Amino acid sequence: MLAFLIRRLGQALVVMLVISFLSFSIQDELGDPLRELVGQSVSEETREKLRDEMGLNDPFLVQYWRFLGNAVRGDLGTSYFFKRPALEVILGKLPATIDLVIAATFWILLFSIPVGVFAAIRPDHWFSRVAMGLSILGISIPVFLTAIFLIYLFAVELGWLPSYGRGDTRMLFGGWETSLLTRDGLRHIFLPSISLASVILPLFVRMIRSEMMEVLEAEYIKFAWAKGLRKRRIWMLHAFKNTLLPVITVGGVQLGIMVAYTILTETVFQWPGMGFMFLEAIHRVDTPLIVAYLIVVGLIFVVTNTVVDIIYGLVNPMVNITGQRNEP
Amino acid sequence: MALLSVKNLGVEFELRTGTVAALRDVSFDLESGERIGIVGESGAGKSVCAFAILNLISKPGFISSGRIWFKGNDLASLDGESMRRIRGNEISMIFQDPMMTLNPVLTIGTQMVETIRTHHPVSLDDARNIAVEKLKAVRIPSPETRLEQYPHELSGGMRQRVVIAIALLSDPGIIIADEPTTALDVTIQAEILELLLTLCNDYHVGLILITHDLAVVSEVTQRILVMYAGRIIEQGTTREIIARPSHPYTEGLIGALPEKTTPGQPLNQIPGVMPSLQDIPSGCAFHNRCEFAAQRCRSDLPRPTDLESRSVACHFPIRD
Amino acid sequence: MNPDTLQIRPDSWRRFRESPVLHSFLRHRTAQVSAAVLLVYLLASILASVVAPYDPWDLTQFDIMDSEIPPAGSAGADDRFVLGTDAMGRDMFSTILYGTGISIVIGIFATILQGAIGISVGLVAGYYGGRLDSFLMRVADIQLSFTTLMVAIIVLAVFQATVGLEFYEDFAVVAIILVIGIAEWPQYARTVRACVLGEKKKEYVDAARVIGLSPITIIYRHILPNTFSPLLVISTVQVANAIITEAALSFLGLGMPVTKPSLGSLIRNGFEFIFSGSWWITALPAMVLVVLILAINLLGDWLRDVLNPKKYD
Repeated sequence: MLAFLIRRLGQALVVMLVISFLSFSIQDELGDPLRELVGQSVSEETREKLRDEMGLNDPFLVQYWRFLGNAVRGDLGTSYFFKRPALEVILGKLPATIDLVIAATFWILLFSIPVGVFAAIRPDHWFSRVAMGLSILGISIPVFLTAIFLIYLFAVELGWLPSYGRGDTRMLFGGWETSLLTRDGLRHIFLPSISLASVILPLFVRMIRSEMMEVLEAEYIKFAWAKGLRKRRIWMLHAFKNTLLPVITVGGVQLGIMVAYTILTETVFQWPGMGFMFLEAIHRVDTPLIVAYLIVVGLIFVVTNTVVDIIYGLVNPMVNITGQRNEP
Repeated sequence: MALLSVKNLGVEFELRTGTVAALRDVSFDLESGERIGIVGESGAGKSVCAFAILNLISKPGFISSGRIWFKGNDLASLDGESMRRIRGNEISMIFQDPMMTLNPVLTIGTQMVETIRTHHPVSLDDARNIAVEKLKAVRIPSPETRLEQYPHELSGGMRQRVVIAIALLSDPGIIIADEPTTALDVTIQAEILELLLTLCNDYHVGLILITHDLAVVSEVTQRILVMYAGRIIEQGTTREIIARPSHPYTEGLIGALPEKTTPGQPLNQIPGVMPSLQDIPSGCAFHNRCEFAAQRCRSDLPRPTDLESRSVACHFPIRD
Repeated sequence: MNPDTLQIRPDSWRRFRESPVLHSFLRHRTAQVSAAVLLVYLLASILASVVAPYDPWDLTQFDIMDSEIPPAGSAGADDRFVLGTDAMGRDMFSTILYGTGISIVIGIFATILQGAIGISVGLVAGYYGGRLDSFLMRVADIQLSFTTLMVAIIVLAVFQATVGLEFYEDFAVVAIILVIGIAEWPQYARTVRACVLGEKKKEYVDAARVIGLSPITIIYRHILPNTFSPLLVISTVQVANAIITEAALSFLGLGMPVTKPSLGSLIRNGFEFIFSGSWWITALPAMVLVVLILAINLLGDWLRDVLNPKKYD
């Protein structure tokens, strides 16, 4: 297990290096930090002097190395727009996004597992057919349209739920503002979380169904029937545990997709999270903030993927310490 | 009264192109402690027959006719819950490929204990003791540690022993073994067969051994049923059938055994292939491969008729 | 989708006529309806310049005074504009026709590009295996976990900021195709690699190697044709996904510009007006978009069932 962990962490480190390199290249390409600092009125000579002082004329790799050193110490530059450290700005927005992801994950887990499993066990049941039909409709509706539709129906027409913002929040652990613990916060997060879940939920339902149907055909399931086990045990333990393995792997990737889709959801609902901030930063060409976002999101992806790999290793007895799978 | 008595069993599969009969008019008895073998080419309906006895034919297949008498119940029409109590308890099954039979994500212990506890109200500790005892019976070294292991940590031969141990857990009356050695190495095949034979004797278990390999059957069983295209075409004692087959197909099978061939000569194969279940020829299904076929074989279905101590479905059985 | 994989043989028409695909299609109502809908979409977008009463890219044809006219059947409708007008006074019907064309073009060409890159990488990874294979697949994993949308947002944002909006407007279609095409390669690469690994185990590949055929011949003549079914199935999904991604990018203001709107940019334009009651500016392109994607996905679902590509991994 230890070797497995070290290998995974090593890979994660390499990925983070690549991300930081790409991010830095973007920073290098986009915008002139000098202009943001001193404006247009300064003479070319002074500019050149300032450039030298700031190290902007150093070779690319030297600048990258400096950037890396700063990044490791948590210094990702200062946002042009907010005039505050970029990392601080992002960490301020992080709780709102994580709230959203948690709420969406809640919907996904709540519905995908029972519906997917049922549709696999009873593929001909009317409920399964309806669920499958709805799932393909769900896949075909882009997330921002779901969001717009929900706003139109529940906020504009019916007026039941708010269409933007986070509502009341409550402080948690001294620094974590969450919408999930207040009534008003929950009312606000309802529509955004459903629209965010609407991308992944149908994919999960279909994936769980097809994986489970395949597992149900396996010899060991036939053997389980021949042993006289009860249906419930065969479905919920023998089949479901085997279904879980591929679902965990793909689920990790889907979590990454969800972070990407927060950009869309947060934009439609003006949810004050990282995604909304990122899009604004792009429109304002706030380069340090863009770069900081990329690095933070990259870190989130790498951490979730590593965690997913480790969970997979724990659930799957066939993963040994070298991380190779022994095919049965 | 025989322990198991199959009467005119038929199994059909509902396919998009129409209904296909996989098993027709199959009848045989199994006495308590008796070992019988079902022999035939792949696709002859052997496995279907095994699954039908446990009422485990899955959709789109179903038992279309006949009865399966076991201890006063007709398994073909028994309700689901009562059938479940028989499976793995009074009738166990051993599958072909031990690499695929055990659930890869559950320990051997879990897979054994659950089988005991689903049929008997015993404590976890007692269940583990029973499991250890049966693992010893199939001669698995250090059984206690095996309980904690996952299937992939065992070799193929070891896994098949575990599967046999699982089949023995509830001291069943009958074990159905569907090609139990086909997927194993030749050297291990003999060990497993010998083990199966010893256990059936020791525990007085009836055995239905399904195989395409006549050599295997002749070593283990007392009686043989030969299947062709979903029907039993000949049944009788192993010794008699191997020595003097009556049905031309059986004769062909025996003639094709390597030891019946003179070294240096080609194997004596039966010409042609078994028809697929969708287009079984009229009359005797074997007529287009049979060297003795006459007009009658093409038109009339031969009924199983008793011939001395055996039954054979052929218009022109081979006599000495 | 990829023309390389289509090997036209003299008997291919007969094979098609007798194939289960056609047989199933003739009995599958959903597949027929989806195919018919797609055909209408294709024709409409090809003939857009003929069918459309106005040229939505030529703003001189419209008058801002005509803005936000509701579609026919609503109070205040105008005979000149069947589906109403948007906030700039553009005819919705013409704009949607042109926008659909853009969405379809981007969807198809981005998928072809994905296929070209993904198939090559997948073949190389699967055929040569070893370290190269594990490296390429690890890169694919990472790329996938970052998602096309994220990559596309970043690349297009940087691109727009570097070249300037005016220049960008002229090259938006190409830029979007390139970005979606390049970012989605792992899907194809994985599928092809899995197929190659599956096929490589089979004996005919050994046989081909033994008689001395070169790796390229083996890949091209023997392995590639066998990957056709799974590729066809994922291609439908990929076209749908590319269209969705394009719409999402345009909705965020990073895709097609307002002057040459795709369906996504139309929805973006109309979004703020749903609060004031002008629902059609958003709803009509949204419906057109959803029906398009739904038709492609339903067709893909049907294809998956018919071709039933084996799962290799």
